[in-house]
Amino acid sequence: MSAVPKPLPQITPEMAPFWEAARRHELVVQRCRGCGAHRFPAREICSRCLSRDAGWERVSGRGSVFSFAIMHQVYHPGFADQVPYAIVVVELEEGARVLSNLVDCPAARIEIGMPVEVVFEDVAAEVTLPKFRPRRRDA
Amino acid sequence: MPSDPLRGAAAVVGLGITPQGKVFDTNAIGFAVDALKLALEDAGLGREDLDGLLVNPGLAWSDLGMGSFQLQQAMGLRNLRLSATMNLGGATACAMIQHAAQAIAAGLATTVACVFSDTPLKPPAPKGERTSGGSAYGFARGWEQAYGFFGVNAMYALVARRHMHRFGTTQDQLGAVAVAQRRWAGLNPRAQLRDQPLTLEDYHRSRWIVEPFHLFDCCLVSNGGLAVIVTGAERARNLRRPAVYIWGMGQGHLGGDPSDTLASGAVLAREPAFRMAGITLRDVDVVELYDCYTFTVIVTLEDYGFCPKGEGGRFVAEQVTGPGGHLAVNTGGGQLASFYMWGMTPVSEAVIQLRGDGEARQVPRHDVALVSGNGGVLSTHSTLVLSRLPA
Repeated sequence: MSAVPKPLPQITPEMAPFWEAARRHELVVQRCRGCGAHRFPAREICSRCLSRDAGWERVSGRGSVFSFAIMHQVYHPGFADQVPYAIVVVELEEGARVLSNLVDCPAARIEIGMPVEVVFEDVAAEVTLPKFRPRRRDA
Repeated sequence: MPSDPLRGAAAVVGLGITPQGKVFDTNAIGFAVDALKLALEDAGLGREDLDGLLVNPGLAWSDLGMGSFQLQQAMGLRNLRLSATMNLGGATACAMIQHAAQAIAAGLATTVACVFSDTPLKPPAPKGERTSGGSAYGFARGWEQAYGFFGVNAMYALVARRHMHRFGTTQDQLGAVAVAQRRWAGLNPRAQLRDQPLTLEDYHRSRWIVEPFHLFDCCLVSNGGLAVIVTGAERARNLRRPAVYIWGMGQGHLGGDPSDTLASGAVLAREPAFRMAGITLRDVDVVELYDCYTFTVIVTLEDYGFCPKGEGGRFVAEQVTGPGGHLAVNTGGGQLASFYMWGMTPVSEAVIQLRGDGEARQVPRHDVALVSGNGGVLSTHSTLVLSRLPA
């Protein structure tokens, strides 16, 4: 374990429903009631149709790696014993793109397009991080 | 086709570059004052000649958002008719010069200073403490920090990875940009990495920052200031140094997700800029592109049409952009190898080349230069076409 804990997410009122759902091990993203588009992270106004009307909807948690980057430098001491670790952008089946980490997969095996599914990591009494792991294509 | 009235209406007549890099003897405003004094001296002008001031404050400026007023007070300038603090990230430098030229052509101002300065580097820490050179750019944002997602390097890396996936751009091709620019830097007395030659093997051995970016894919971080003086073409002819005429200008800001477009705003900016300048790509002798990363150079070359979209990697791998190649790109070493003054680095090198001041790195034919600025993650873009010849 790192001597210094990892930073917790700064939970803004806008993003609070995302983190509340994560605590229940559910993945939710915002969905515009004007045009139906899923979006992440939360925004007050839909950039497609400019509607302010939106709700949070549970999504499948399945998607594929849209892009990834491997962090090799320690920008926060909490990650000192983690580097290198993978940042992924996952394109969910529903369309929104979620920034997260990929777990249970060596960095060298990550590929754009690989199927992934959500897993939940309870990192503090009140905080759970949705992360992703590889999924068999037929799963 | 009638010529655009802006074409050649104004010129860059003064250039001021302070010491660059690990320089700790003044603050951001101090560097701005020093750069502006140097630029005025270069032009043979005095403070009283300035009636316009445009400022791009770097990260170290206070957040009051009134940088141009702060600098006006620090410089003791009176009776300005144009003042603005601008921020389009790395696209600001060319954009400031555009607004200066527009104001001059419209008769709203006669002589405008455009200034950038920053001090992101902190003095060396006392023994035992560690300071990170790039820490000012390694910020965390809200919830993303919980995932260990920090800073601009990571944001660009995600876009670069998409480009590699979609177009087959390779690590060797990214490295080719770093190698070519380092060769140019070896000829530039001002370059921070002048005495550090780089081979492709050295590039591959350099440490990873955020994969696919090695250390040498990322621009330098520099303390310093850089200023240019812009005035009307008529006045420009009679000043101390050869005038650099502003032939064409354009901007392009695509919006949306750069991971989808995989393009810079050059796709929008190039056409109006080239049309105003009355040139085609074949007329360009010197190319100074904004290079926050090697990847940015590849994308920008594609988007100006030096090669087809997606072919930028293969284009640079042919080693055509270094000294002696058929396309002179980032001839001072760029921000990867000389110094990082946001978009002022490419502007300054274009002025040096067009004046014929490039010494060992001088490009033989130097009538026309193309300069680009790029900010955010391929989010803002500005273009200048400059020439040593009056329009």
